[in-house]
Formats: sequence, C-alpha cells, structure tokens
Amino acid sequence: MIKTDILIIGAGPTGLFTVFEAGLLKLKCHLIDALPQPGGQCAEIYPKKPIYDIPAFPEILAGDLVDNLMKQIEPFQPGFTLGERAQTIEKLEDNTFIVTTNKGTKHHAPIVAIAGGLGSFEPRKPPITNISVYEDKGVEYIIRDPEIYRNKNVVIAGGGDSALDWSIFLTDIAKSVTLVHRRNEFRGALDSVEKVQELKNEGKIELITPAEVIDIVGDTKVTGVSIKRGADVFNKECDHFIPLFGLAPKLGPIADWGLEIEKNAIKVDNTLDYQTNIPGIYAIGDVNTYPGKLKLILCGFHEATLMCQSAYQRIFPDKRYVMKYTTVGGVEGFDGSKKEAPKAVVKKIE
Amino acid sequence: MNDITIHITDRDGTTHRVVAPTDMNMNLMELIRSYELAEEGTIGVCGGMAMCASCQCYIDSDHELPEMSYDEDLMLAEAFHVEANSRLGCQLFITENLEGLKVTLAPAED
Repeated sequence: MIKTDILIIGAGPTGLFTVFEAGLLKLKCHLIDALPQPGGQCAEIYPKKPIYDIPAFPEILAGDLVDNLMKQIEPFQPGFTLGERAQTIEKLEDNTFIVTTNKGTKHHAPIVAIAGGLGSFEPRKPPITNISVYEDKGVEYIIRDPEIYRNKNVVIAGGGDSALDWSIFLTDIAKSVTLVHRRNEFRGALDSVEKVQELKNEGKIELITPAEVIDIVGDTKVTGVSIKRGADVFNKECDHFIPLFGLAPKLGPIADWGLEIEKNAIKVDNTLDYQTNIPGIYAIGDVNTYPGKLKLILCGFHEATLMCQSAYQRIFPDKRYVMKYTTVGGVEGFDGSKKEAPKAVVKKIE
Repeated sequence: MNDITIHITDRDGTTHRVVAPTDMNMNLMELIRSYELAEEGTIGVCGGMAMCASCQCYIDSDHELPEMSYDEDLMLAEAFHVEANSRLGCQLFITENLEGLKVTLAPAED
C-alpha cells in the first residue's frame, strides 16, 4: 500500500504544481497517471507546441513547461504510479481514502486531489458495428504482449506512429501483417514511413490504401475483416484486427465515484477551496467546473494553490498556519535541500 | 467588421441560426461551444490544434472555404464518420465570406 498526504490523480501541469504547493506545507504527494510519463496532454499531445499565456513566460514549449515543473517539484520527492488508471475509491471510517488502480495498486491518503484534465487517455475505437463483441477475441486496441501474434495473421488499421511502428515490429513475429489506412500518406515519423515502404517492397507488409476496415468477420472470434477500397468491398482473412487510431481522453471510472458531474466535469466549490461534494476529495484544473470556469493551465495553478491550504487545514484541523512567501521562507526540500534568497551584505558607513 | 449568420445543425438534428462575430479571431468550433450546441468535453478536446477530430463537421452549403492544411488533412484521415464534405471546425475561422454557411456536426466518438 502506497501512503501519502495528498494523492493526486493526473500528472499534468496542475497535478505537478500541486506537489510544489503541498511541499511548502510539508505535505507529501503521490501521483497516479494512466499515461506512462508525467505531463498529461502537454507531454502526450502537444509537447512541441508553444504556450503563450503562462505568466512570466512570453513563450514556452509544452514539453519544456513539464520539464520545468518536474525540476521545480524535485525537492519534494513525489511518488508516481504511471501507466495505471485510478479505478476505484473507498472512504474509510477515519475519513481517509484508498484509491486502487486498474492494475490493483493501492494508495492510501487523507486527501485526494483529482487533477485529471479531460480524463485518462483511452484508445479511440472505430465505429464498426459489433466491434465490442470481438474485444479480446481478436480485436485489441493496445498491444500488451506481442507474443500473442506469433505466427498469426494480423490486420492493423491507422496512419499514425503506433500503427506504423507496430506494423514494423510485428513483421518479425506474425505470419502476415496487413496495414490498412484511409490515405496513401501517413501521419507518422518519416523514418517509420520509409521503413514500412521498404518492408512493403520486400513483401513483408501488405499495404492496403486508401481503404478502411468497415466490418469484422467471425462467429465467436475474429476470422477476418471486411475492407472497403473505393467502390470495392472485400474480405481479408486474419486472426487479429488491431485498430490503432491514437488516444482520446475519457473521464472514465472517476465518473462513477459519486461526485457531482456537470458538463463532463466535476463540480467544485470555487468560493473556497475547489472541494467536491465529497469532503476530502478536491478537483482542480481542467477536470473541474464552476461558474466562470476557464480551462487554462494558469487557472489550474491557482486552484492547486488554494486547494493545498484547505488540505492542510483538513489534515491538521488544530494547527494554525499562515501562507509564507518563498522569497522570505525559501524552499526546504524533503531531500534535505534548501533554496533561499541570499542574505544582503550591508556595509557599515563609518 | 460585421457579424455574420451561420446555420448549425447539432448532433440531435436541430438546426440553430447563430450570429457570429468576425472580429474576434474565432473559429467554428469555438462558435459552437460559445452557443453550447455540443456538450462540453465532446468538442474541441485538443483545444483547437487539429489534433483530435471532435469538432468535425459536414459543410452543407457551397461556400468557398480556406484550403485544408496538411495537419487538418492528416487528422481527418484518422477521424471516424468522415465524408467528402468533412472539415475540422477549429480550422475554419469566422470571416465575412462565410455569411450564410450551413454545417452539421459529425457524431461524437464513443
């Protein structure tokens, strides 16, 4: 069981900055994120895009913002559970919480801060009738164990990096690899596109473009797919169909935690501390809603700061505390580091 | 600069006649959100960077539209429910020559 003071769900900019504000109050944090790396959308969707409205940064790349935040919170030694989605929450008699991930990792904390952005990133599923019937019966949206494709006939659909990379990878394992894409052009990295071209020329990948998988064939499991190219519709035998159309955020299991939801976001008390309808659970950043809400990183930072003050009072109801400026108090890390303003040297006038 | 009128058919099939400003650098996705014609969280998910297709719409009138960028074209190549008249709303900026534009929102992804 992982124990911490504030359990943060979502390691995007707001979640990361929460670690800093909590650290100033000597509160330890642990973050859960469904993605394999911290940074949320900034790292996953647009790391190379510039952001122009972070105060005091006329321009900063989203990826650099994440790197800076990671550096800023380093002294507070946050823990991470990455690549796992927060699945269930249980409130104990002492008003603390246990959050369990989809992989069974348990986390115990008196405070839960949901900083989940638009939700956890889940694979986009193509709108093929009955596709859900074949899930795990030959249809997989994520490749977990490439070995299951050994000596099998595989059809992959998609035009991005994951479709290209897995097509390349599986040529060494699968009996046959077919890549179906709606265009002749691919969105993936040039190296990958060139490699697929090379494998196609060697007859190791069958490329079917511009085309689309429109149906799945099979009684109890996938035995083939139906492919539409122009006016032609034909069947292609296969054991596995792997649609790789990237990821999209979904609120997911958090929607079933008993929290008040409005407009696909969690309602919070914005007059005080961004607490939800369940005391001890806060929602900050893009995941929350209140009158006048703006989904901006800078608003998330503000919300995280206020939320941490409230969390401190909740954990230590009898302690008095007043916010201290870092310029005055410095930053004392849990790692023993201390940052502080240099003392002014005053020369005496004789 | 004048406001223009745009006809937007939402995902339930209801058509709305909305007034759109041409001086706010707004795009069609933002216009749809400003009138709350699609549920928050189901449109403009990437914020308007042509990196998701949640603002896909079908152009129902024969207005001359700005040419599709490489990013928009490739995103539509991976979108679902795509038709010949599909465009990403976030890439269509509200300008006076879009007066009377008619669009229908594509279905939301599951």
